[in-house]
Amino acid sequence: MAPILEVRNLVKNYGSTAAVKGVSFNIEEGEIFSLLGPNGAGKTTTISVLSTLLAPTSGDVRVGGHSVVSEPMKVRNLIGVVPQEIALYDDLTAHENLIFWGQMYNLSGKTLTDRVQQVLQEIELADRAKDRVRTFSGGMKRRVNIGVGLLHRPRLLFMDEPTVGIDPQSRRAILDSVKALNRQGMTVLYTTHYMEEAQELSDRVGIIDHGELIALGTQNELTRQVGENDALVLEVGEGENVRQLCEAAKSIPGVVESDTSGSTLTIIAPEAEEILAPVIVQANALNVKIHSVAIQEPNLEAVFLHLTGRALRD
Amino acid sequence: MKKILLIGWKDVRLVFRDRASLILMLAAPFLLTLGLGLVSGRFSGTSSSVISSIPVIIVNQDGGQLGDALVEVFQSADLDELVDPTLQTDAGAARGAVNANESAAAVIIPAGFTDSVFAIEEAPVVEIEVYTNPERPTSSSVIRAIVEGFLNQVELGRVNGIVTITQLIQNGYIQTADAARLGNEIGQRSAQDGSQEALITLQGRADESVDPPFDVLAYMAPGMALMFLMYTVANGGRSILAEQTEGTLPRLLVAPVTMAQALAGKAVGIFFSGMAQMLILIGGTALLFQISWGNWPAVIVLVLAAVFGALGWGLLLTVMAKTPSQVANIGSAMMLAFGILGGSFYDVQAMPGWFRWFGIITPNYWALQGFTNLAEGDGFAGIAVPVAGLLAMGVILFALTVFLFLRRGGLRR
Ligand SMILES: Nc1ncnc2c1ncn2[C@@H]1O[C@H](COP(=O)(O)OP(=O)(O)OP(=O)(O)O)[C@@H](O)[C@H]1O
Ligand SMILES: [Mg+2]
Repeated sequence: MAPILEVRNLVKNYGSTAAVKGVSFNIEEGEIFSLLGPNGAGKTTTISVLSTLLAPTSGDVRVGGHSVVSEPMKVRNLIGVVPQEIALYDDLTAHENLIFWGQMYNLSGKTLTDRVQQVLQEIELADRAKDRVRTFSGGMKRRVNIGVGLLHRPRLLFMDEPTVGIDPQSRRAILDSVKALNRQGMTVLYTTHYMEEAQELSDRVGIIDHGELIALGTQNELTRQVGENDALVLEVGEGENVRQLCEAAKSIPGVVESDTSGSTLTIIAPEAEEILAPVIVQANALNVKIHSVAIQEPNLEAVFLHLTGRALRD
Repeated sequence: MKKILLIGWKDVRLVFRDRASLILMLAAPFLLTLGLGLVSGRFSGTSSSVISSIPVIIVNQDGGQLGDALVEVFQSADLDELVDPTLQTDAGAARGAVNANESAAAVIIPAGFTDSVFAIEEAPVVEIEVYTNPERPTSSSVIRAIVEGFLNQVELGRVNGIVTITQLIQNGYIQTADAARLGNEIGQRSAQDGSQEALITLQGRADESVDPPFDVLAYMAPGMALMFLMYTVANGGRSILAEQTEGTLPRLLVAPVTMAQALAGKAVGIFFSGMAQMLILIGGTALLFQISWGNWPAVIVLVLAAVFGALGWGLLLTVMAKTPSQVANIGSAMMLAFGILGGSFYDVQAMPGWFRWFGIITPNYWALQGFTNLAEGDGFAGIAVPVAGLLAMGVILFALTVFLFLRRGGLRR
């Protein structure tokens, strides 16, 4: 069967800014595909082109075999979009918002009312349905924002960082519902800058940075790129010396890569246990306090670090 | 088409749920109309909807020519609609009637008034008393204005000496009193110029505050409604750009909705909001202020045309602006400028020609003409020109908007 989404050499420029620089990938029907990348990587721009909102500068995008450029209406009927920024009418109630957006997706009558009830159950807001969205918490708004994208049961759902800025509990609920939707047969393109989310949700992952797809494949395929390296993750006290420790760690024999992000120091090496002792010695010498130590099997974070020399989170 | 209406209906609901827009769409024009009505004295005195038939008691104890002349002024055909004079002989009873709010004022012409004016040598001045009713400030000030107008003429005569008094007589003030002697001669003169000149002064004073056959509020209420209609269209335009930045317009555009449908829906929403605003204001002022707007079907046709013309400005403004707040700010400025140029504050017909030339670019100018004509009793004929002007304005502005939109390939951002 042909892939539900085909992206060929997608380029998107904003004036002189190149936001997406020749990205290619496919998504098969029934999978959850994660696009993982830091801020400004081009995730939202990619989704905007894929969902017919922006015209590509060049390249070809097909959804269900239909070109986003020449057959946008056919594409729009197949897709659902959960935008990164909450896009709802604050002065309509949750129920009114869902009804309105359902109507925009050509739903009406009993189908519409049934779907709205169903979605209200799914996003666990049935009891607040008659309240204006303005009165909702950030997490509740996010859930309505997602609900709108599900109303018409799209074959392909684009979710652009749907968990940004919400509490862990709501985040858990959202991740679970993505998996549940996928089990019901929905194909999902999920963008995130949380490695854990990509790791939990999807088999295949694309890593995007500065508008380029720097890695694409199953998690196993990607982590194999890093080699059989482990990641030594240290939670340390913040301060000037953390950077120095990071630099010093690079000179420890066996260390492949080393980077800091806030109070986290990540060091990549084939055998983490072997470099643990010298790292601690260095930390003591530099007066850096170590709060915790974890040894991680190769993961996407390590892949990103390996490919870019930077930590995923800035 | 269905989606266009659904988008429009969504916007009408949003506008009428927004406190700030409700205040500017409905409360502000209503209160301003009320305020202007109070300033002009429109609500004082009688319960009838226009200032007319002001009850006044005249006590003429003078018995001379001037006293009779003043009575004659009050009874003249020119003031027939404005005042409703009653003659009485007892000054005390007249004051009592005013105190009892049965009359707006009592005009008491004391004995010896004419003699004191006509006296060639210095004589004690005998003054006419206007006993006013504080509960009817406007009505009583109209009466006072009439008496003062008369006295000005008399005073003018007195300082100029006997000759002028003769002129005063010839001017017709005492035509009835001296009918026997002056007879036809004076009658002819007065028909030519005299009495007219004298009465014009009086009428002019009355005109400044109220024009009896025409209700001031029937001019102010549409003026204010039209001014704040410009708010509604600018606010609607602002909401188009706001939906762009807040992401709901992009969200519509990834749903099976075309750009044309989305924008037409927004325009329909603004149009319906403007209609609703105008009809609520017209209905509200008709009920509460007892303004007679005139022929209802014609009023509605005129409202449709006015909202259409105003909408053209709102959309043009939107396509030219970059941000929602730009639309809001320019919109407020436009609302005031159009209010002034279009005559929402005063009659543009009284302004110089160049001023009127600017006025014709405003929906306010055309629509106000129509509303004034309707309030004066015209039917559809009275709105033909205004409606044509408004429709032409709307069509031109829509065409311009579409042209700019297409040339730019979308909304500015
Ligand atoms: N409308 C725009 N005009 C100009 N440049 C833009 C525009 N939108 C995005 N960019 C630029 O394009 C690049 C990619 O932005 P994009 O929003 O696609 O990134 P992202 O991966 O979604 O980031 P985030 O995780 O912060 O949402 C950035 O450099 C951004 O500054
Ligand atoms: Mg983004």
